[in-house]
Amino acid sequence: MKKYDAIVVGAGHNGLANAAFLAKAGMDVLCVEKNDYIGGAAVSRELYQDWKYSNCSYVCSLLRPEIYRNLELHKHGLQITPYGGSVQFMENGDYFGSYHDPEAAHREMARHSKHDADAYTRYSTDTMRQCRLIRNFLLRTAPDPTSFKPRDIKELMLLGNKFLELGEDRLYEAIRFWTMSVADYLGEYFETDVIKTALSGSGIIGTALGIHSPGTAYVLLHHYMGDVDGNVGSWGFARGGMGAVSNALAGALQSYGGEIRSESGVDQIIVKNNRVQGVALESGEEIYAPVVVSNMDVKRTFLNCMDEKDLPASFYNRIKNFKIRGSSGKLNIALDGMPTFPALPPGSELIGHADMHFIDSMERMERAYDDWKDGTWSKDPYIDCTIPSAVDPTMTPPGKHFMSCFVQYCPAQIEGRAWTSEERDAFTKSVIDQISNYSPDFKDLILHVETRTPQDIEDQIGITEGNIFHGELTMDQLLFNRPVPGYAQYRAPVNGLYMCGSSTHPGGGVMAAPGANAAREILYDLKLKNTVPENFGDD
Amino acid sequence: MIDKYDAIVIGAGHNGLVCSALLAKAGKNVLVLEANDQVGGAAITREFADGYSVSACAHLLYKMQPQVEKDLNLNINLASDNLSTIVLSEVGEHVTYCGNKVTGVNESDQKNFAEFFKRMTRFSDLLNTYLNKPPPRLGTKNKKDLFTLAMLGFDLRRMGKVEMREFLRLIGMNIYDELDERFESPLLKGGLSLDSVLGTHLGPRSPNTILTYLFRMAGKHGTLSTPKGGMGSVTKAMSDSAKAAGVEIITNAKVKKVIIEKGTATGVELNDGTIYNSEIVVSNADPKKTMLELVGARNVETRFTHRIDNIRMKGNAAKLHIALNKLPTIKGFSESDYSQRILIAPDENYVERAFNSAKYGESSPLPVLEITFPSIKDSSLAPSGCHVMSAVVQYAPYQQKSDWNEEARTNFKNDIFSVLKQHMPDIENCCLSSEILTPLDLEKEFHITGGHWHHGELTLDQFMFVRPVAGSAQYQMPIDGLYLCGAGSHPGGGISGASGRNAAQVILKREKR
Repeated sequence: MKKYDAIVVGAGHNGLANAAFLAKAGMDVLCVEKNDYIGGAAVSRELYQDWKYSNCSYVCSLLRPEIYRNLELHKHGLQITPYGGSVQFMENGDYFGSYHDPEAAHREMARHSKHDADAYTRYSTDTMRQCRLIRNFLLRTAPDPTSFKPRDIKELMLLGNKFLELGEDRLYEAIRFWTMSVADYLGEYFETDVIKTALSGSGIIGTALGIHSPGTAYVLLHHYMGDVDGNVGSWGFARGGMGAVSNALAGALQSYGGEIRSESGVDQIIVKNNRVQGVALESGEEIYAPVVVSNMDVKRTFLNCMDEKDLPASFYNRIKNFKIRGSSGKLNIALDGMPTFPALPPGSELIGHADMHFIDSMERMERAYDDWKDGTWSKDPYIDCTIPSAVDPTMTPPGKHFMSCFVQYCPAQIEGRAWTSEERDAFTKSVIDQISNYSPDFKDLILHVETRTPQDIEDQIGITEGNIFHGELTMDQLLFNRPVPGYAQYRAPVNGLYMCGSSTHPGGGVMAAPGANAAREILYDLKLKNTVPENFGDD
Repeated sequence: MIDKYDAIVIGAGHNGLVCSALLAKAGKNVLVLEANDQVGGAAITREFADGYSVSACAHLLYKMQPQVEKDLNLNINLASDNLSTIVLSEVGEHVTYCGNKVTGVNESDQKNFAEFFKRMTRFSDLLNTYLNKPPPRLGTKNKKDLFTLAMLGFDLRRMGKVEMREFLRLIGMNIYDELDERFESPLLKGGLSLDSVLGTHLGPRSPNTILTYLFRMAGKHGTLSTPKGGMGSVTKAMSDSAKAAGVEIITNAKVKKVIIEKGTATGVELNDGTIYNSEIVVSNADPKKTMLELVGARNVETRFTHRIDNIRMKGNAAKLHIALNKLPTIKGFSESDYSQRILIAPDENYVERAFNSAKYGESSPLPVLEITFPSIKDSSLAPSGCHVMSAVVQYAPYQQKSDWNEEARTNFKNDIFSVLKQHMPDIENCCLSSEILTPLDLEKEFHITGGHWHHGELTLDQFMFVRPVAGSAQYQMPIDGLYLCGAGSHPGGGISGASGRNAAQVILKREKR
């Protein structure tokens, strides 16, 4: 039986990136995956004949360029196509568009409010400043503020210095930005409901928070801090669907000699005398390695795949209380043609090239959250709808389209029990009806619909409650608190066991930073040469 | 009367009185100008029905700083002290907590509550140290600021690894998740949720509600008392102390504006045209009223005005006063229970749902209440044999969709009474007359913008270094000689006197330079 230097559990994008960096450093790495396909939540799957569905994550921007370059992902077929802007359809028949072109964006905003069009410049400067600040910390390990180790103190000083460099005034702005709600933050700049609504969506996507919950302004960054071709804050589609990202990472891993085994779900992580030994697969087979890295979320890793007695009680308890909440669902739809949206002027570049939203007021946004708190799906949801096939012809047969609808809010359970099939249908209907209100021919074009509640996502991919970030992005679970205080440096409390999923700093999104950071820590512990880029301020 | 004072304090609220007394004790000639006909601001006792009086706004003491009592030689006569909190159950199985003890819950909840209390008081003690001094500036090279920050870091580390980590985890968190993790009893969770959200525009699920809870615990660990003669007697004692130190107080003197010459405050002008001169003007009014009304936007740099304008201070707490011919019946209540603090907050989700309405400018159809019957221990408040009820009711948003027209007020009152009736079936028979003060009314009566009792939402983005706004957390406004001393400045609301005392320290230091 072959013994590996390291086993990575889960071939999601972070697991693959982690394995690739370890393999690049010369380690003999095996990545095991429970499904018969790789990619975790970054996949392109043919769920309807000749259609490729990005059926989980659907857009790409956060993937760190340093990782992209370092692993030479372009050589492995990854291509990102930037896309337009966004559009907000309004109940009164109007729309609010936002464009990549600043001139067009300003003109359109001014059509709704001159005041807001002017405020936007200030807003975007201020927000980008926060973005630049946080980008410094993405590819670094969070320091432990309670530690006296030179490495932690150095890192803490570095972090402190980055803040101090802002200067007094901007430092205060940063404190405020990191703690306030997205609604309050936008309220300081804008006066028009639809414009605020359009911008507020990014503050709640993937979280179990409402736009009025303090801390949601920060979540904005998780949607702004990426870049496509050096354009900070812009978004793109991976050509061929999100599976292209995973395939490219897998290609990189294999080019460094790493192995991938699919259909090899892990049943148990084997521990002896507080030292990891390897993994036992569901098939009963055992594979040994001195290092095991888990790409699974922390609840799944420690509560499902380990023995409670192998973990410190306080750690186990914190993991049990780790907040990883199902708050969003997904509809993947095959369309017979491009639906029309009569609110948009003929020939509008927004059709098919923008994120479409069908909600136009802050009150509706927040009420959608109230439904979730009551243990049910939003009857009037926030939908982030894209049609990637409009810019990527490889996804569908010619003339046909693929529509991805990210839906918030959608609980993992209905009032504490499993979803019934009637409820799934009602959830699907609430999404389709909302879109039909703005597109009369939409319903007739539908060929196939895949509905995914958080429970479905958990069942298929394994993420607890289908939480896209592997854990809430609240202050108590960020930076040195992520996943839990004292264990934010990718090391589990068992020797040789590491975490590399989005439950760790800096969190979710197809960013691959947690995987890369974990690899750096592993190489540090093994005293191997670091292969992981550690950028500091590429801005 | 003299024509030039060393300092003029606008507003005789408790912070204004504390500040003026401390300045006078340091030898200053101080004048206090109060718009209303009695001193006390939002800490007053007032008659609302013939023979019936209550503490008109704040009605419980739980934050009074011992240092302030000592500095001002205050002898506050307490009618009751160390009150328990009783969370009402419809079936009479109430939950009662006081200090680290709780009854009416199972053993594990009792054990967890003691643990929870221990941790929260420990964290609130740490917080309290920094509430009672002006916050340091950040990002400067000033030695004193750096020293204070280093001390803060040191104090954090001194708690030990486990506690420090727990502090850093909890400080930005919501109370809901923490309660859910620890306790089983819905009533206990409801009560503690209400403690965390009283006076705020937050629900228990909102992140930041651990901070508001810690703020409540800071100083006296949440020990509750009521002063004899209502809250007015506290401010009366303060004004007596101020006068004894030589402070001159003029009531019915509404300030129209702060006079500013060449970027320096030189005095104030009253509505009737009277002008008082002074090099130092201290405002006990809230920051919006001070900077936007009394100073005026044209005298301040735009960015600063913008920040002041953006302070969130829309109140959600209404006040309900009822004159009673007898105490209402509450199932399972003994005589002594009536004199405690009584909450209607059956569970944490109920509190959160009550908050839902506030987000949309509607009053809660099922509000939460904090109820006291102060007349039981203080016969001066009601005719013999009769009683008064004083209650804080949430949520009643300042910006109500219908602007609190008669219909909205009646509806809200009916909603409150139907909630009360579930626990006090005979309340309507006991009620002789009642009064409800919405945040709009509180704004009118006490001149607090938005009727917010903290003079500004107490959230991390308006706390410590950035309270009231970024760049002015040290009481000094960007106009030479102008200071804030109200709850809108660090640390915030509650009858503590901390803002007034901190401001006085800053002002006296200026004199030294």
